[in-house]
Amino acid sequence: MSCALPALAARNGEPAPPFAVLAELTHRCPLRCPYCSNPLALDPASAELDTATWKRVLEEAADVGALQVHFSGGEPCVRKDLEELVAHATEVGLYSNLITSAVLLDAARLDRLKRAGLQHVQISLQDSEAAGADRVGGFRGGHGKKLEVARMVVAQGLALTINAVLHRHNIERVNEVIDLAMELGAGRIEIANVQYYGWALANRASLMPSREQLLAMDAAVRARLPELAGRIVVDYVVPDYYARRPKSCMGGWARRFMNVTPRGRVLPCHAAETIPGLAFETVHDRSLSEIWRDGPAFARYRGTDWMPDPCRSCDHKEEDWGGCRCQALALAGSADATDPVCELSPAHAEVAVLRDRDAAALGTEWTYRGM
Amino acid sequence: MNAIAPTPAIAEADRLRLAPGVMLRNDRRRGQWMLMAPERLLVLDEMALAVVRACVGTGGDADADVAAGIDRLTTEYDAPRAEVAADVLEMLTDLRNKGYVVS
Repeated sequence: MSCALPALAARNGEPAPPFAVLAELTHRCPLRCPYCSNPLALDPASAELDTATWKRVLEEAADVGALQVHFSGGEPCVRKDLEELVAHATEVGLYSNLITSAVLLDAARLDRLKRAGLQHVQISLQDSEAAGADRVGGFRGGHGKKLEVARMVVAQGLALTINAVLHRHNIERVNEVIDLAMELGAGRIEIANVQYYGWALANRASLMPSREQLLAMDAAVRARLPELAGRIVVDYVVPDYYARRPKSCMGGWARRFMNVTPRGRVLPCHAAETIPGLAFETVHDRSLSEIWRDGPAFARYRGTDWMPDPCRSCDHKEEDWGGCRCQALALAGSADATDPVCELSPAHAEVAVLRDRDAAALGTEWTYRGM
Repeated sequence: MNAIAPTPAIAEADRLRLAPGVMLRNDRRRGQWMLMAPERLLVLDEMALAVVRACVGTGGDADADVAAGIDRLTTEYDAPRAEVAADVLEMLTDLRNKGYVVS
């Protein structure tokens, strides 16, 4: 996700407001993708916030200064109150994005969502081909349904983004995926190489592409960027394990986003619960404004004061903000460390070892996401 | 695969509108005009706001072409038309390539 909002100076010692709130309405999902970014311990339906509480959270999102809400999950369309929540977001002045697998949508519901003020639909694709896509999603007929809904989204005049998730089993079809997104009329495509958190981390040996695959994909995408300019917006980032510098994860910890989980925990990023020792508040404890201002989990890695070297003395520290805390934990054993994806990290060499080992494993079986 | 030519730059005869899901908003808290877009936004400075208002239509049939917007800005800012046109077309091409406007 990107945003050209300039980093506003902290006023009266208060952090600048977030750009967006990610509302993870549910962890329920008809798909079972093995790279799901949800936590391994999924929130059951019985734990989900009710409609009234989500409405209050949306009001608090507007109060803290967020401009957009991302309705996400799991699959947000399993919530029967989605239309009501979108309408409420519109009422309090938030711009609504729907991040969906699309398999539960139809024309009538899309029309209701549009009338409630929805502006943008992001649909994930698992492959350019139905067989591969439906195997990854673990949902027969899913791919065909997604294409059908994507066309409806464009026909309704809503913005469409295709989120194409790439890994060892489909990375060679990156050109076909781009062609498909353009044929569907998408305004934007995210070429999203799998990021190894949650279920994806558990399935890494079955998903990691080889160096040859990666280089071919990278060359194919870069060769097409000039022709794609003005036709489709491309969000493309080199996958973490093959990068030399870390991504600016979430645009910096507690700088742009707040994430609310189905049970109402308020997180600086959706994977933050993997970090031991962080205390998370819930929407029942304090308002989003209070949590954003001085919630302990938000304050822990905000800015640059927490940084060790090599970050502390690095010229890029306010560009990448030290990379990803969850990845530092997963790869360097500590969320306090420099993201080992950075070539300046003392643990960087180990990333290549893990990557090459998993790429060579050539695993073909994975654990599907499940409750 | 055959190479496809890059999309041409925005020209004066083009008629532009905001892309689907894009809207012009004033955020009172931040005191800024911005183009709100899917999972993104673009903060507009005074000049960019004037260009968007003059040259990007609201989607109706009566939307004027870019040339009419350039004429308006030339008068408003009392500047040589050629200079205004060059700056405006460059800015609009950039906005188009970033997905904020479509022709």
